Amino acid sequence: MFDHASPLPSLPGVGFKSRHFADLMDDPAPVGWLEIHAENYMGDGGRPLAQLRALAERFPISVHGVGLSIGGPEPLDPDHLARLKHLVGWLSPASFSEHLAWSTHEGVFLNDLLPLPYTDATLARVCEHVEQVQEALGRQMLLENPSSYLAFAESTWEEPAFLSEVARRTGCRLLLDVNNVFVSATNLGYAPQAYIDAFPLDRVGEIHLGGHDEDHDDHGAPLLIDSHGREVADPVWALLDRVLYRGGVRPLLIEWDTDVPDWPVLRAEALRAAGALARVPA
Amino acid sequence: MSAKPSTPFKTAAILGAVAAALAGHATPASAQAQEKCYGVSLAGENDCAAGPGTTCAGTSTVDYQGNAWTLVDEGTCMDIELPQMADGSDRMGSLEALDRDLPEQG
Amino acid sequence: MSSDARLPLTEEGGSAPTALRAAPPEYLDQEEAGGLSPSERAFRARLASGSGVPPGLTDGAGRPAGRRFDVYRNNVAVGLREALESGFPAVARLLGPANFDGLARAFLQEHHPAAPVMQRYGAGFPEFLATRLPPGRLGYLPDVARLELALRHAYHAADATPIGPETLAGLHEDTCLSLVPAAALLRSAWPVFSVYRFAMQPGSPRPAARAEDVLITRPGFDPDAHLLPPGGAAMVAAFAESAPLGAAIAAADADAAETLTLLLREGALAAPKETRR
Repeated sequence: MFDHASPLPSLPGVGFKSRHFADLMDDPAPVGWLEIHAENYMGDGGRPLAQLRALAERFPISVHGVGLSIGGPEPLDPDHLARLKHLVGWLSPASFSEHLAWSTHEGVFLNDLLPLPYTDATLARVCEHVEQVQEALGRQMLLENPSSYLAFAESTWEEPAFLSEVARRTGCRLLLDVNNVFVSATNLGYAPQAYIDAFPLDRVGEIHLGGHDEDHDDHGAPLLIDSHGREVADPVWALLDRVLYRGGVRPLLIEWDTDVPDWPVLRAEALRAAGALARVPA
Repeated sequence: MSAKPSTPFKTAAILGAVAAALAGHATPASAQAQEKCYGVSLAGENDCAAGPGTTCAGTSTVDYQGNAWTLVDEGTCMDIELPQMADGSDRMGSLEALDRDLPEQG
Repeated sequence: MSSDARLPLTEEGGSAPTALRAAPPEYLDQEEAGGLSPSERAFRARLASGSGVPPGLTDGAGRPAGRRFDVYRNNVAVGLREALESGFPAVARLLGPANFDGLARAFLQEHHPAAPVMQRYGAGFPEFLATRLPPGRLGYLPDVARLELALRHAYHAADATPIGPETLAGLHEDTCLSLVPAAALLRSAWPVFSVYRFAMQPGSPRPAARAEDVLITRPGFDPDAHLLPPGGAAMVAAFAESAPLGAAIAAADADAAETLTLLLREGALAAPKETRR
C-alpha cells in the first residue's frame, strides 16, 4: 500500500536536541538515526531547519508528531495536517509517528498527551484519523501507546487489543514505548509483561525508551510520571529485553526531553541500548 | 514619511562613509557569536532565542497555585527607576515592521 | 512532594479561565458534542475548570482517580508556564519568580495555544502585560516582551541572502532596498534596549529615562538587538516599505551613515527588488 524506501535501521537512536548538534556531527556512534518533534520544525527558516537539513544528510530521520490530536473527537486540524505534509514532503523522513492521545479541543491546544477511553466509538474515530493522516502524507504511519495515570471506567478494550485493531483496520504500524508500558502498568496495577505478551510485536516499527519520575496517588500507591528527564529505569531495560527477545531487534530510541544532559550522558544511554540490541539472538 | 528628497550628492557621500566604516569593521558577523544572547544560552546550546519547544513528556514539577496574584518587590526591575517615563509619552511602542508576518496566536 | 501538592489550575473563588474552558455548559447538552462520551466531556470540562475529578475515571482498582487526574492538569499548566519562561527570559528576570509565575498562570488560563506549534506561543503576552500590570513604574515591561517576541520571530524567520558591502558601489539613489525577513524594527517610548540589556547582561549600565528604538537582526542564525540612533528608526521603517535608498537616507538625516552601516554589517538589507526611475 505504501512505499518504504529506507526505513529506520534497527540501531539506537536519540531524540535530537539542538545542544547535541556538534557532538552528533562529530562522532555519533553508537547512534544510527535521530528523531525530531515535527512541531519544532514548522518555522520559516533559521537554525532549526538548517540543522535538520544537515542532519538529514547523515542520518535517517524519524518525524514524531506531538500535536495532531489523533484521539480527539473533532476532525484533524487541516492547517496542522498541511504543515505536517509540508515537512514530511521536503524532508522525506524514514518514518512518521504520532500518539494515541488527544490534545486539541475546540481549536485550543492543551499541550499534553491526554487520554481517551477505549471503546468501539473511539476505535472508529482513531481509525478514521489514522487513515486521514496516511492519506494526506501518502505513507504508513506509526501510532504510539501512551503513558496512563488513570483509566476510564467505560473502556471495553484492553490497550494492546485496541492498538492491534487500529493497526489491522488502517494498515498502520505501531510504536511501542516500553517505558510507557511500565509506567501505565505500575499506575494501573497490571503486569507489564502481560501487556507485552498481548502486544502485536510484529506490527512494531520502532521502540521508545525514556526515564520516569516517581510520585504516589491518594492512597499512597506508586504513581509514575513519564517525565523523560533521567536515565531509563532498570526494570524498563529488563522489560525491553523481553520485547526484543520475543519480537526481534527494532529501531530503539532514547527520549530525554527535560533536564537534557550533556552528550556523554545521553550517549551512555544509547550505548546501553546498543548492548540490549546486541544481546538479541539472531 | 516627511523626509525631504536627498540629493544624489548626499547619497554618494553617505555611501562613501558607509564603505569606509565597513572596511574598518571587516570582522564577519559570525565572529561575534559569543556576545549574542547576553549570556542566557546554556552551555553548548546556542539557541537562546528559539523560544518554547514541544514535549511529549509529562512533568513531576508541581504547579503551586497561590492566592490571587499581587505584585511583590523582587526581580531586576526593582533596580530600575524611570520616574520621568511613568506617564509614557506620545511615542508608544509600535511594531510596524514586526507586525508584517507575526502569526496571530494566543 | 507532599500528598496535596497537585493543585488545580484555578483557585477557589478565583476568576474562571475563559479560553481554556473546554466548552460552555450548554454545549454539553447538545448533540454536536461530536460523539464524546460523558466521561470524555467531563474530562475536558474539569481540565479547564480546575476543580474536582470527573466521574468515570478510576485507578487500576476501580477507585476514583483523585489526584491522578491532576497529573494532566499539572502537565498542561507547568508546560505552558515553562513555555512562557523560555520565551520571555528578560521579563521573567525583571519581574522575579513570584511575580512572573503569577502573571504567567493568569495568562495561560486565558490564552492557550491556538496551534500545536509552541514557538508561536505567547504572542499575546505583551498586550496582556500592558493590561494587567499596575500602571506606573513597570510600563516598560510590555515593550521588553515585544523585544523578546521579535528576537524569537527573527530566530525562526525565513532565510535570505542579504546584500553585502561589495554591493555598495552599485547602489544609487533610486535603488529600492528592503529588510530581510529576520530583520525588524521596534520603536518604544521606553528605554527598552537598555532595560533588556540590564536584565540579561550582568554589569550593564542602569537604564536612563529615554525613548529607544531597536533594530533586530539575525546575521547567520543568532538574533541580536541593536540600539538605533535617533534618526535610525525612520530609515529602517523606510526600508521595511522598500523605499528608494535616497529617501531612506533623507529620512535618517544626520544618522544615515551610522544606520546604513549597521544594517549592512548585520545583513539586514535584501537585494534590490526594483529600481524606480
